[in-house]
Amino acid sequence: MSFEESERLETVPPSGIRRYFELAEEQDDIISLGVGEPDFAPPWAARDAAITSLERGQTSYTPNRGLRELREEIVEHVDDNYDLDYDADEEVLVTAGASEAVDLAFRAFHDPGDTVAVAQPSYLSYVPAARLAGADVLDVPTRREDEFKLTRDVLEASGAADADTLVLCYPNNPTGATMTREELEPVADFVREHDLRVFADEIYAALSYEHDHTSIATLPGMRERTVVFNGFSKAYAMTGLRLGYALAPPEAIESMNRIHQYTMLSAPTTAQHAAIEALRNCEDEVAEMREQYDRRRNFVLSRFEEMGIECFSASGAFYVFPECPWDDSSEFAEALIEEQGVAVVPGDVFGTGGEGHLRVTYATGLGDLKEALARIEEFID
Amino acid sequence: MSSREKILPLLRENARYSNEDLARQTGLDVEEVEATIRELESDGVVRGYRAIVDRNQIEPERVRASVELNVTLDRETGYDDIAERLAKFPEVEGLRLVSGDYDFAMDVEGDSMSEVSNFISEQVAPVPEITQTVTHYIMETYKEGGVEFEDGDDDDRLSVSP
Repeated sequence: MSFEESERLETVPPSGIRRYFELAEEQDDIISLGVGEPDFAPPWAARDAAITSLERGQTSYTPNRGLRELREEIVEHVDDNYDLDYDADEEVLVTAGASEAVDLAFRAFHDPGDTVAVAQPSYLSYVPAARLAGADVLDVPTRREDEFKLTRDVLEASGAADADTLVLCYPNNPTGATMTREELEPVADFVREHDLRVFADEIYAALSYEHDHTSIATLPGMRERTVVFNGFSKAYAMTGLRLGYALAPPEAIESMNRIHQYTMLSAPTTAQHAAIEALRNCEDEVAEMREQYDRRRNFVLSRFEEMGIECFSASGAFYVFPECPWDDSSEFAEALIEEQGVAVVPGDVFGTGGEGHLRVTYATGLGDLKEALARIEEFID
Repeated sequence: MSSREKILPLLRENARYSNEDLARQTGLDVEEVEATIRELESDGVVRGYRAIVDRNQIEPERVRASVELNVTLDRETGYDDIAERLAKFPEVEGLRLVSGDYDFAMDVEGDSMSEVSNFISEQVAPVPEITQTVTHYIMETYKEGGVEFEDGDDDDRLSVSP
């Protein structure tokens, strides 16, 4: 008997972000622009709803798919905001964070030998989750000259035509790129022509600063082949409450729920109560957070411009993705932590296409942001 | 959004942002920021800038009270006339006409309770239009000007996360 890792797990390396976390933890006076979550607390009304639900002892399991009340709110919310039309009973699955939903989708629809095309740079979980599901991963590197938008060119060049699934995330972590409806159209055309399914991670949908977010599922012929992921972590600053959801046609939700019902049973109940309140009564707070992020975004982009660091005008999430002043972005990130106490994450951690860049998070108060950027300026001088 | 609409919320959030930082946050030129602020000031939209101070942490301690005032009006005297007269006293920090059980809510500040009490009984109560005063001494401040007076707002996020 031994704990020899499965071959599947061996295909998944330890997270590349860990090293920077450890370095940052060693520093006393660290300002971190390396986080992937909001600096705000969830709207008070949502927290209060969570507390009230605990006081009432509402701590039992919920239905597998989530509280019906919550699913109804979700359906109304995505209809109002993104023109998405889903049925609360059959086409919504509430999960423990959007991450769980992504994992379920990989496992539900892939066999060994299937190919998952992942638009990169991207959130760290897609590649490992696809591999753990037994699928092969095809890198689809987006390009700086396209402002990290996914284009038909890179889909064709990378061989995505033969893939089974395409994974994309806009507004994007780590680049802050967004895509308009017009820019998504050629992607949708390609997907339909080659009969791919799409996993659209839209967790940052509420944080699009220059145009309204368009869900790819709203393009013609896309709804039936798309799973949309969203959740409460980013827009409502509820990361630790672990609550997300998937929207997809009934048969897809049915399949994902078959895994979910055995492995998770139901998403955290307390978080579901908070989420109902968040959707009902917290849009003002979301708008206020969005305004704050937008101002910080302007601030950070201006500062990089003043420093002479090339940085495309990221228009979503809470990240900018400047070009690294050194050739080796890992070396730069390490030295920046050690010498100036500022943490950023080198772009290569997020996959092909990210090398030579840095992910800089602006989910940090303006005072710290200002200080961190002054330190970066001093460092590159 | 007009430059006023961009600048005003930021000044209200933190009046000490430099013009450069205001420009960076709003996408306006520094010159536009300066002009907008000048305009807000000269139009009387922005009436002043002050620090929000936790008075428990400074010496000497000051006493503050919130005073409810009831008044009677006549043909010659309106609310504005009474307000104008009260507002001239340096002890009066704030003065508002309010709806409800009383007419004016007045903030008063002094070095001691007796000083504040004397001010109310000797300067305010004798004003002919004032029919009643109710003084509430402020015992503890938890939030002022949108700022919570609590200790430790530590960032407990992991320093690096995906």
